Amino acid sequence: MTEPSPRAAVVDWAAQIAEDLDFAAARAHLAENPGRKAAGYLPVYAPREIVRAAGMLPVGVHGGGDRLEIIRGDAFYQSYICHLPRSVIELAQSGRLDFLSAVLFPATCDVIRNLSGTWQLVSPEVYVRYLDLPQGGASELAAEFWKEELGVLAADLGRIAGRAVTGDSLREAIAAYNAVRSLIRELYRVRRETPWRVPSEELYLLLRAGETVPLEAFVERARAYLAAVEADAGRVRDKARVVVVGAFCEPPPIGLIKTVERAGCSIVDDDFLLGNRMIDGDVPLDGDPLGALARAFVGRAVRNSTLYEADPEGKRRLIGERVAAARADGVIFASASFCDPALLDRPMLRAGAEAACIPCIAFQFAENTGQFQQFREQAGTFADAIKLWGGE
Amino acid sequence: MSDQDKDRSMLLQKEMLAEHYRRLEAAPETREPVVYTFVPGNLTELIRSFGALPVLPEINALQSAMRGKSQGYIAAAEKGGHSEDVCSYVKCDIGMARAGNVGPTGTRLPKPDLLLLSYTGCYTFMKWFELLREEYRCPTVFLQVPYEGDGSQTPAMRAYVARQIRETLIPALEKATGRRYDEDRLKESLARSRAAEDDLVAVLQSARKTPSPIDAYFGAVYYVGPIFSAFRGTEEGLAYYRALREEVEQRAARAEGPATPAGRLDAQKYRLVVEGPPNWTHFREFWRMFAEEGAVVVASTYSKVGGTYDLGFRHDPADPLGTLADYCSGCYTNRSLPARVEMLERYCREYSADGFLVHSVKSCNSFSAGQLTMLREVERRTGLPGAFIESDLVDARYFSAANLKNRLESYFQMLEARRTGAAVPA
Repeated sequence: MTEPSPRAAVVDWAAQIAEDLDFAAARAHLAENPGRKAAGYLPVYAPREIVRAAGMLPVGVHGGGDRLEIIRGDAFYQSYICHLPRSVIELAQSGRLDFLSAVLFPATCDVIRNLSGTWQLVSPEVYVRYLDLPQGGASELAAEFWKEELGVLAADLGRIAGRAVTGDSLREAIAAYNAVRSLIRELYRVRRETPWRVPSEELYLLLRAGETVPLEAFVERARAYLAAVEADAGRVRDKARVVVVGAFCEPPPIGLIKTVERAGCSIVDDDFLLGNRMIDGDVPLDGDPLGALARAFVGRAVRNSTLYEADPEGKRRLIGERVAAARADGVIFASASFCDPALLDRPMLRAGAEAACIPCIAFQFAENTGQFQQFREQAGTFADAIKLWGGE
Repeated sequence: MSDQDKDRSMLLQKEMLAEHYRRLEAAPETREPVVYTFVPGNLTELIRSFGALPVLPEINALQSAMRGKSQGYIAAAEKGGHSEDVCSYVKCDIGMARAGNVGPTGTRLPKPDLLLLSYTGCYTFMKWFELLREEYRCPTVFLQVPYEGDGSQTPAMRAYVARQIRETLIPALEKATGRRYDEDRLKESLARSRAAEDDLVAVLQSARKTPSPIDAYFGAVYYVGPIFSAFRGTEEGLAYYRALREEVEQRAARAEGPATPAGRLDAQKYRLVVEGPPNWTHFREFWRMFAEEGAVVVASTYSKVGGTYDLGFRHDPADPLGTLADYCSGCYTNRSLPARVEMLERYCREYSADGFLVHSVKSCNSFSAGQLTMLREVERRTGLPGAFIESDLVDARYFSAANLKNRLESYFQMLEARRTGAAVPA
């Protein structure tokens, strides 16, 4: 039997972890040292630096995708609520998340917000914190408030972990996540410049796995992947370059990402697993680390549908800016069904795209969507239109 | 219901609303500034202290639905690219704006001079005003009211909101209205709010009596109308709540029930606590389904979306900005699910309820997400039987009268069976 290539080894590793509904990798890490603890977080953005600074393992909870049969989850949510919370509840109720000592719920939407309350009611033994991310644009007042909130979180997690968050431990964590952000920026750059070398399916799996394992394991594999990609020029493919917008919370099934790219599109930018790229650039390491982390979010969070857009023209311009930065040919608005942030934003974003003569299509999915024929046809037709007629 | 059958307070409110909409229509000529804002976390006293008139988009949407106009507006918005999956209030409002912004009473609504986005208890509010900003191309000011995720407001949350009001909102209102902030005027208004809130609480708590002189869900949406919208802190609002309280106290003294679409409900068979907003497209038909079965609602959470006065909060003129921060924070949908469950449990006990019912609406995740867990938790804590029914706020496509009636009838039969000790029908 031949050894897999270095690249295939990384992808296999990522796929195994990303698709493991029992979080064996995270459990194994905790088992190595009985004192270790883990904190889960829901999409989109959570300050993982603070979790790490408390000595805990941050674990992204992104639902069960199309691999999880929903038995208990449907008893918690009506049919007109998106799929993610029912699969998260299914994971929790089936004991798959019982290794988490804390769960953090960011201010992504009312469903995620209320899921924090559901968790408080059904799992009162678990530490639950709702993270009310500041909205309304950058201001010193918002940064002060957010710093105070982060301080409460740091104190609470320190208590749970039995290891207080200190200035030094937080600085170390910020530096470590700066390295992660830098690596992810590099992965996105390589895909943007040579998309045939970085299939989006692989990039997605790598990032998803990275939210389950200790940061060092992700960094090692991501570097190995980048090195393997650099060593392999690959075969240039002339596909339509597209930006996928709207799938920042409930993740699309891997099959959908594959389908879009096999139908003639290259995804050159996306908002999958957006929390990894929520802070644009590095967080400064000098001065007060908690303040620096707070100001980084308030001042440099990337614009997206979960945040208020203070600039009246911002929504109209956003897609044009992203398409230009990615040198894309068009946009696919791919939103989870019943996703308020994505679907309420879509008319504004699409109007801006159309005003800028950017070709676009839109569809909705659920994390457990199993049939991709309609997406294949839609994406294929879109790619053909772009290639043949420049999208007209 | 003809005007002859209506309570005096209902007629008074009708006149107040009509006058308010007349003033709004005339605003472009009279140059009264207009500020759009939302019901939860509304800062009516502050807005009016600048001589501005508030417009509440949710009120326009629900009024449009009650007058049978929402479906056309929603269709127009969906034709314009809005998803069927999202809040029907938003689509109704967008459709209304694009159809000339003629309000529910038939008068034209003015464009806003300012959109005051009080981000309180509802994510969709943020998107709603981003969308309206595109329609009106007007200034928008943002107030973040932190969610009470741990069950209460912290001093840091309070300070954050009060400082935003002082440092961001007041300058924006000064700019939009051309008037300076007048704290004395605000304090006078807050004192009137406080007095009206006392009267409203007396009205809501009258439902502890048997028979209840009010319906605390369908009837209460009328009672809370002025205080949740443009009239909190006004002389008209104060007079309205005095009149309403007198009327309800007189009715209670006569041991009479409230007026309903099925006539006066003196013979009350079932006392219910209700969670969730009502349906507005078939409001009276929906109410009738309860009243015809002798069911009266004795407490509801929807009547607390614009303030939880019955839990003890009153506006405090001595601390004008702090009290506005407290007010915003305490609105029902800004409370955590465990806090909501505690409220419901308390209502079930304090109002001697026979049962507990959730009306879940497709449009509103702020209410709906988590309601099934709440239902089970309230049942567990109180031992009362719960029921779960579904429709929508202002989208008639999701109102199935036969289905709702069926479910309600079954539920009432179950309550009856429990009362008599008979076997519960399958």
